[in-house]
Amino acid sequence: MAATRPKHLVLILARELASNLATPTLITDERGSLVFYNEAAEEVVGRPFAEVGELPLEEWTTQFAPRSLDSEEPLPLERRPTGVALYERRASHERYQVTSADGVDREISVTSFPLFAHADELVGTMTIFWRA
Amino acid sequence: MRLTVWGCRGSVPTPGAATVRYGGNTSCVEVSLDNGTVIVLDAGTGIRPLGQKLAGSGATRIHVLLTHLHLDHVEGLRFFAPLWSPQVSVDIWGPPSPVSSLEERIARSFSPPLFPIDLRGVPAQVEFRDVPRDPWAIDGALLSATLVVHPGPTVGFRIETPDAIVGYLPDHEPALAGAIGTRPPDWISGGAVAAGADVLLHDAQYSEDEYRQRIGWGHSSVADAVAFARAVEAHRLLLFHHEPEHDDAALDRLEEHARLLADADGLGPALAREGMVVEL
Repeated sequence: MAATRPKHLVLILARELASNLATPTLITDERGSLVFYNEAAEEVVGRPFAEVGELPLEEWTTQFAPRSLDSEEPLPLERRPTGVALYERRASHERYQVTSADGVDREISVTSFPLFAHADELVGTMTIFWRA
Repeated sequence: MRLTVWGCRGSVPTPGAATVRYGGNTSCVEVSLDNGTVIVLDAGTGIRPLGQKLAGSGATRIHVLLTHLHLDHVEGLRFFAPLWSPQVSVDIWGPPSPVSSLEERIARSFSPPLFPIDLRGVPAQVEFRDVPRDPWAIDGALLSATLVVHPGPTVGFRIETPDAIVGYLPDHEPALAGAIGTRPPDWISGGAVAAGADVLLHDAQYSEDEYRQRIGWGHSSVADAVAFARAVEAHRLLLFHHEPEHDDAALDRLEEHARLLADADGLGPALAREGMVVEL
């Protein structure tokens, strides 16, 4: 297993903020790995974070079958807010459909933004979402 | 490796009869590696007497590591004798800022009306370096720095040799980022640089009662310092950055309190004091 980088302070603080929010919130590191989602997000995700744990980008972004509302075509990561925050380093918002881990189809609204630390370095992303 | 404490007072120097045992100089710790390399942690007023010693010993290359640029951690730099010798090279490391370079930020304290001599008039060969995100080496020691909870860009340092690990977090309020001890160490502010340290120098400015009145000021209670040391599995805890209002008698009581809190952990918590030497 590859060694993991220490968690950046911004991620530690973001996790603490998310832990205290009633808004479903998901946090990734700078490589897009899922590092945390809060209790409020469990309803949409379908499972508690304690069961899921940290996941690399390629694993968690292919779950939940994200697809566009109109055509039901798969929505590539690059067009989803988390992908825009990671690759284009800007905030983004989108509505789309997912299938949660409990098998339920849900329409969600998603807003993501990049987290930049003191040296202007990207250290992760924060995503808030809710049922549309 | 040898550590020498030249200053462990927080916030402002406190000279006087009431503080002679723990000392009144602000943060400065000398780290001497076995190969003779000198690494200086912070440039509070304790760096002035250290500079006199280094100038007398003929040291020609010195690394100064700044955790942050609050006044009590840089106020001694202008009076650091090696800076005033053209034969000496001084590398100054500090946290990056998106607004201005380390040199620009430090230059403010080397300019009127705060100081008569401009930074350009300093005769030593001075290099300013942002601490890198990844570990780096200095003469056989592996160093790392991570941003920690304290107002403004602030890092904690880890110095690792084949023989020993030192963690240095003089200004740190980890409790602000969540309850200490309920999370894995890498989800605790400063956990990465303090993990498994043979000696951990950590902020313990307040009693628990004082801390409750000053949450968010960037400093820790004695209880939080002990909890942090326990969570990162440090082997020995030196409590640091003493509150200016605490005289020697008050600090004695805090040390006793820390020992009771640590109980059987083997942390052997002690308060840092000026002149303290720790051989590792």
